[in-house]
Amino acid sequence: MLEVKDLRAGYYKKEVVHGVSFTVERGEFVCIIGSNGCGKTTILKNLLGLIKPFGGQVTLDGKDALTMNDRERAQHFAYIPQAHTPPFPFTVADVVIMGRTPYVNRMATVSEKDKTIAFRALRQLSIDHLADHVYTKLSGGQQQLVLIARALAQQPDLLVMDEPTASLDFGNQQLVLSQMKKLTQQGMSVLMVTHDPDHALFCADKVLVMENGRLIATGTPAEVITKENLERIYDSKVCIRDIVTDEGEQVRVAIPLL
Amino acid sequence: MSAKVRKEGTSLESVSQDTGELLDEVRIETDDVRSKANAVFGSKVPLWLKIAIPIALIAIFVVSFSVGRFPISPGELVKTLSNGIAHHVGALFGNDIPIADERMYTVVFKIRLPRVLVVILTGAALAVSGASYQGMFKNPLVSPDLLGASAGASVGACLGLLLNMPTIVIQLWAFVGGLTAVGMAVWLNKFVKYDATLGLVLGGILVSTLFQSGMSLIKFMADGDDKLPSITFWLMGSFSSINSRDFWLILLPMAVGFALLLLECWKLNVLSFGDEEARSMGINTARTRLIVIFASTLLTSVTVAVAGIVGWIGLVIPHLARALVGPNYRVLLPTSMFVGSGFLLIVDDIARLLTTVEIPIGILTAILGVPFFVFIFKRNMKGWS
Repeated sequence: MLEVKDLRAGYYKKEVVHGVSFTVERGEFVCIIGSNGCGKTTILKNLLGLIKPFGGQVTLDGKDALTMNDRERAQHFAYIPQAHTPPFPFTVADVVIMGRTPYVNRMATVSEKDKTIAFRALRQLSIDHLADHVYTKLSGGQQQLVLIARALAQQPDLLVMDEPTASLDFGNQQLVLSQMKKLTQQGMSVLMVTHDPDHALFCADKVLVMENGRLIATGTPAEVITKENLERIYDSKVCIRDIVTDEGEQVRVAIPLL
Repeated sequence: MSAKVRKEGTSLESVSQDTGELLDEVRIETDDVRSKANAVFGSKVPLWLKIAIPIALIAIFVVSFSVGRFPISPGELVKTLSNGIAHHVGALFGNDIPIADERMYTVVFKIRLPRVLVVILTGAALAVSGASYQGMFKNPLVSPDLLGASAGASVGACLGLLLNMPTIVIQLWAFVGGLTAVGMAVWLNKFVKYDATLGLVLGGILVSTLFQSGMSLIKFMADGDDKLPSITFWLMGSFSSINSRDFWLILLPMAVGFALLLLECWKLNVLSFGDEEARSMGINTARTRLIVIFASTLLTSVTVAVAGIVGWIGLVIPHLARALVGPNYRVLLPTSMFVGSGFLLIVDDIARLLTTVEIPIGILTAILGVPFFVFIFKRNMKGWS
């Protein structure tokens, strides 16, 4: 579905991403891991049209994604930022209906279709009971779910997330990640940048390992989240273990050694 | 919720047995979603407010006609108004309906009507541009002169006063001054290539400082017996010398400004979440920002041109409107306009009534605005960061 070919990008004249290629298929959960400043976020910014790449190709179902205008791009790519507080007490309904921005006309009339789609997004994340609540007063995890619902209301092909769980507590991280995993099982594609290899192990179908603006490994979490790769990109000691949970499920974890 | 899911689950299982039943189930489900969606995303403004706000404005409008140095009773007002309107409409069709009371006609149509209309436009303009700026700069403490519109307009007007220009030229210079100052702030933002919104604020601060010094220079050079008092008085803001020409002069630029901002209301909602998010939702933020800046500057400069500096409306009224109808710009912008008009009408009435010599409006809006602001702010801090 999404094909990124030899993407080179950066800020002003400085190249940060040196020729990165990967694909995201429909319903696939792709994670990018790498140390701070290796260019993970830069890749996302290019996909979202926030900065222009120096070179390379980005196609979505064969269509050039780099020449799309803002409105068109927003119908295909939705961005889920880290939950943060806007200056005004919008309600959850106010926030989620904003996801219809790339579809409303000049007069900003909200059609019944827009409302239904936004409501389905709320319901998909089981937060329709929060609709009348004030967004700024919700917990971080709930705010994050609202932002995911807003992104779903954009009816995108791909959800793009930049460390969505960075400011969430343990339980809320789990809540958000399991919801994201559920969405990919329903056919949504996700591209997520994460700091935590465990998150990639928990939910990714494919992991891109980045170092200094280049991909050094691409594959399933089991293939590429290895002791060697993690120690190389994070420059630290790591222990990888396969463990069996209380429910009898086998999972892999990465443990940092202090 | 869970019961609902289970119900859908069972109907899915019975798909091979009875497809018709499933289709019914789906149809009910969609109708259900549609009605709930309409309830969730429908207007949340209580009906009484939708009725009360316009009625209050009309009441204030009528009162503003009656009060002043020359009080008019409601009965006389209706008589004069209907007679005057009949006179004008009659003139259009070639019928000459005489004016019953010349003195009353002059007070109502030549003095009060233009004044009240200009006050309404000014209040709405300052409130709506203040509300827009607060969203665009993601800061509830921003007022429409953030980018130097008032400072620029003041310099233009003061230069005109200093050089003994006719009123129309002073107004034109004020307008041009406001646009120039904000244009410079926008250009500075492009020049320094800093963060898109913070760069604008920085540019606005620099330009405001520059123009304020310019104004001090003009005051310093002005003749202390004659020019300086008139400049100082003009800067305090006043509606006392408004005539119908002023109204016609500002009507078109005001209409353009209002239309531009009201068309951007949806985008202002999204923009208050920040630049990157707004762009990822399909908004051309650079263009939206320019439109909002242009419209707000147009509105602010025009008000400075006819009435001088009327402070505080642009900061306080959006908060009052937000307390009434919530932060959604689709409702907030029109509400701000109504509330701004009503508030300024009341303040202007007080200015007319309080003393024999009119107190400059800018002083009154500040004196009344500060306690008002404290009150609203204390009551509505919930949900704010």
